[in-house]
Amino acid sequence: MSEETKHNNQPENTEESNKFPKEHLQKRTVYSPDGEKIEIDPLQDYYLQDRPERRDPRYRVVEKFLNWARSESLWILGFGTGCGSIELPPLTTPRFDAFRFGIAMRPTPRQSNVFIISGYMSIKTLKRAIRSYEQMPDPKYVVALGSCTINGGMYFDSYNTINRLDKYMPVDVYIAGCMPRPEALIAGFNKLKQRIKEGRAEGANEYVQRFDEYKANQKQIIKDWNMPDYNW
Amino acid sequence: MENIAAKLLWTFLGLLIVLNWGMLKTSIVRKIVARVGGRYGIRWYQPWINLIKLYGTRGQLSHGVMFYLGPVFRIAGGVGLFLFMPLIFGDPRWSNFAFAGDLILLLYFKFFGMLGMALGAGEGGHPYSAIGVSRGLSQYTTVEIPFTLGIIALAVQYDTLSLTEMVAAQQGGIANWTIVTNPIASAALLFSMLGIFMHAPFDLVKAPNEIPIGPPTEYHGSYLGVLRTNAAIMHITEAVLFMNLLFGGANNWIELIIKTFLIYFITVFIGVVFPRFRIEQSVRFFLGVPLILGILAIILIM
Ligand code: SF4
Repeated sequence: MSEETKHNNQPENTEESNKFPKEHLQKRTVYSPDGEKIEIDPLQDYYLQDRPERRDPRYRVVEKFLNWARSESLWILGFGTGCGSIELPPLTTPRFDAFRFGIAMRPTPRQSNVFIISGYMSIKTLKRAIRSYEQMPDPKYVVALGSCTINGGMYFDSYNTINRLDKYMPVDVYIAGCMPRPEALIAGFNKLKQRIKEGRAEGANEYVQRFDEYKANQKQIIKDWNMPDYNW
Repeated sequence: MENIAAKLLWTFLGLLIVLNWGMLKTSIVRKIVARVGGRYGIRWYQPWINLIKLYGTRGQLSHGVMFYLGPVFRIAGGVGLFLFMPLIFGDPRWSNFAFAGDLILLLYFKFFGMLGMALGAGEGGHPYSAIGVSRGLSQYTTVEIPFTLGIIALAVQYDTLSLTEMVAAQQGGIANWTIVTNPIASAALLFSMLGIFMHAPFDLVKAPNEIPIGPPTEYHGSYLGVLRTNAAIMHITEAVLFMNLLFGGANNWIELIIKTFLIYFITVFIGVVFPRFRIEQSVRFFLGVPLILGILAIILIM
């Protein structure tokens, strides 16, 4: 079964299909300590609604230098989605020691510039992955780890995982294998460094450029879409 | 030093040296910790690359005015601490804006940055920031008590509140250093130093594994760059403070660099050996032996 037909069989994204109403996301009225009446619409008030903007590199020479710095300082947000994530922690151990190459793990999306999707991505996780991706400040890069992110791998016909990651976010480097060894990961990072230095890793801008397309793909998969279209 | 412009220029130069030495110290310390774990560790110039990358981040957003001001307050605290810190003894070019009562002002500046950061991190709205801030402030409050008691003991001993005069009184060999002449107050100050540098075992504020890096959770791009710049300045300046208080100050830059490194290395050494304390354990720790030592120092000096 191809991915298209698989997802067309699922119910439309409507109010009825949303079986789990989120009370904290409903509109409500609260009273301040002074008795003032305040209308709250969480989706409007708690999140930013702005569309993302393109941020193009401005000065060639400066950008070349900055790209060099970016490529030599890769801060990873590891999103341990699949079995492949077990290959990430060894990077920090004495055997592989990725710190030598300027690679470090960061615990928060705000401070990282490389997003690693490590394996199959279930539909539920996709939503969290998108939110994390959008929270990262650009320029940001995505590394997809394992065959599952390329074509579904051995979960190609699963009812609950996506098959191609780059339909939902722009991917810079794929690392094939099931599962890839840490050496393969380091090789992938070197590829990413090369790409950044050449100025070809503009995934964040591509995401903005084809925003509607990506959103349509995401909404096709995520049924209970209870967040704004762009959340940072 | 009549000319204020020349004075400012020297101070700025000193700031640059301290900043770069702070960055180099960061990578040396990271390398030492890595070697202890059997790794090679980061490249020695990695902190500069990280800083360039952070300042070059394109997309940045703000959560409000206080969010902006948090790092600004923090670096104002760091640079303020630096401005009033005499660096090299007997050289008016490198004594910055030290004056008769600078010790009190320094105590104030140490807390200033933390409070600003607390407000800024609070506006970030992330629960981890709030946890980090509350941990940081409660730990720092207990660190301050032995620290202040030790400083008061020294102020009574040397009968001055000026760091320059304290350093002057310690000249003439190791036998005159405070660590020899007043070991009890020195012990209280050294204990509180562990808490001030917030290296392990007192690094619960930023606890990298359980509350992702605490107060700066929401800070990114040049906000984080400012915080990192400040950390480099602050660590060296604080080490200089302890050098001036306990280890006889420095007569030239080489001496300053060696002494500050060794002072900071005390905390690294302890951090590599001991695991992390929980917050109530570290609060209890600082209210135990260090506090008793601080009170003892005051009683003995009377
Ligand atoms: S590619 Fe293989 S190892 Fe990686 S997530 Fe898929 S099944 Fe697991």
